[in-house]
Amino acid sequence: MTANERKPEDDPELSRLAGKKREMPGGLWLKCESCRQMIFRKELESRQRVCPNCGFHFTLPGRERVEITMDPGTFEELFADLSPVDRLKFVDQLPYPEKIHSAQRKSGQAEAVIAGTGTVKGHPVVLGVLDFSFLGGSMGEVVGEKVARCCEVALETKRPVIFFTSSGGARMHEGAVSLMQMAKTCGALSRLQRNGGFSISVMTNPTTGGVTASFASTCDVLIAEPGALIGFAGPRVISTTLKQDLPKGFQRAEFLLEKGQIDAIVPRDRMRDDLARLLSFVQKPA
Amino acid sequence: MVDESRPRRVEALNSGLAFERPILELEQKIAELEKLAASTRLDLNGEIKLLRERLKRTIEETYRHLTPWERVNVARHADRPITQDYIEQMLDDFFELHGDGYFGDDRAMVTGMGKIGGRSVMLVAHRKGKTTKERLACNFGCAHPEGYRKALRKMKLAERLRLPIVALINTPGAYPGIGAEERGQARAIAENILEMFGLATPILSIVIGEGGSGGALGIGVGDKVAILQHAYYSVISPEACSAILWRNGERAPDAARALRLTSDDLLALGVVDEVIPEPLGGAHRDPPAMIAAVKQRVLAWLDELSAFSTTELLDRRYRKFRYIAQGVLAPPPL
Ligand SMILES: [Zn+2]
Repeated sequence: MTANERKPEDDPELSRLAGKKREMPGGLWLKCESCRQMIFRKELESRQRVCPNCGFHFTLPGRERVEITMDPGTFEELFADLSPVDRLKFVDQLPYPEKIHSAQRKSGQAEAVIAGTGTVKGHPVVLGVLDFSFLGGSMGEVVGEKVARCCEVALETKRPVIFFTSSGGARMHEGAVSLMQMAKTCGALSRLQRNGGFSISVMTNPTTGGVTASFASTCDVLIAEPGALIGFAGPRVISTTLKQDLPKGFQRAEFLLEKGQIDAIVPRDRMRDDLARLLSFVQKPA
Repeated sequence: MVDESRPRRVEALNSGLAFERPILELEQKIAELEKLAASTRLDLNGEIKLLRERLKRTIEETYRHLTPWERVNVARHADRPITQDYIEQMLDDFFELHGDGYFGDDRAMVTGMGKIGGRSVMLVAHRKGKTTKERLACNFGCAHPEGYRKALRKMKLAERLRLPIVALINTPGAYPGIGAEERGQARAIAENILEMFGLATPILSIVIGEGGSGGALGIGVGDKVAILQHAYYSVISPEACSAILWRNGERAPDAARALRLTSDDLLALGVVDEVIPEPLGGAHRDPPAMIAAVKQRVLAWLDELSAFSTTELLDRRYRKFRYIAQGVLAPPPL
């Protein structure tokens, strides 16, 4: 059962999940996690999933991100067939392979990252997009591998690489193999940087854990979407550990900008223009 | 082998260490007999000898069958040798360098120059503390961003001075707090990981107790990554994994099993290069023997790695982590 089959307004936790996970098949209306207003789903989708009332940026499915970022018809997907392997034979309440299959069925993708090449307003780039709807955008072996390969393609083809992240962090079901992806991705990025490559990370809601603590934070330019939750530990972990309420706006993009942790906040409707401008400083359009 | 303080701990065992009860009871019995023999001059040598043999068998049997969760509890044992012990017993000299140069001295991360077997090294290590007061000051080994930045600063100094880096990992995880987030915990860890790929000096990383996630990896990008037999290295603590995946904090033993976080599993997966065996019954039963074993391996690796040129070293480090624990595809040939 998805969160929307029940009435979100009856249950704040459900509405929060509905906003976060954006599981809204069928539901005509949904509640904004930020302003709590009911929004007509069609309207939200027509506005790149930005709340018409308060401007909150809902998590965008990976395919939609590719679509609104790249020049039409230029995106060529790479490594789409790489599918996760259950190395640990991991079973919690469900076996890991069942979770993978259900995520694959729902998304039509083999994994939580979409990688490829294309152009942004004429600038050739390599693009990697994490999809939160696929097991929370979590990073296991395949995600780490594809991120590393994006860096390698960027190096070989002398293109900048752009990553869009939305992720709960490393994927527990792959144990320490997931943890090692933090090293793998940073290693590949380090090699790209030492060889004159250029990398941009766009962190979107939410980006936490092992993804924030690896390639998402070590690109050359760090951008966030407005209101995006970005951090190492999740807010609930912190408030439980400290047994205290968190300050207003804690771990949100605006807070991180003020603390000097990111370089810029760019709203979704300006993202393509701003990425192209940024790219124009380091290369000429093809 | 039996010290005065240990028998008194029988009642204080946490549930994860319940398997130690028969061992501690035997140790207690031996201690009592020895005391009796000393005060009454009775000849109890025969009885004591038998009990000692039984004790050895019990320890062997118990430690052969430890569950992953029990091993996590051995890794966290209060008597297990920690960084301070290694500094005192493994290094001939140690000069602590406190400064991170930005914010403050994080007690959960100790860095400085040391001598081991006549060679100079840079030590970067998580620090847990022995007494309650020290443990609190060290946040139980949970470092803040300034701890990781201090470590990076000293590792860069090591590169300049051509000192090999010895990293001792022993943390439940990086500190989850307001200040830590404000000062960029994720970014500090990420930058360490990335920068370690470029450090032109040999790096050894040894998990001596808890290898808690990104907080461990923040000093873990080594040319050699080793783990002590009963230490663990995991993407998440068994407790947190249980709370998320089982929606219930009580399933930590199941989570510990599922995560494959023991030294044997990690070696089989290719996450670590080597497992250092522990003394019978765990490092906490004989810290000097444990530390001597680590020292011996460190000296051997320093020799081994000194044979590589800087370019070879960095290429090997890159390749090691680029294809680490590879399951999806085989790494391309050299
Ligand atoms: Zn809103």
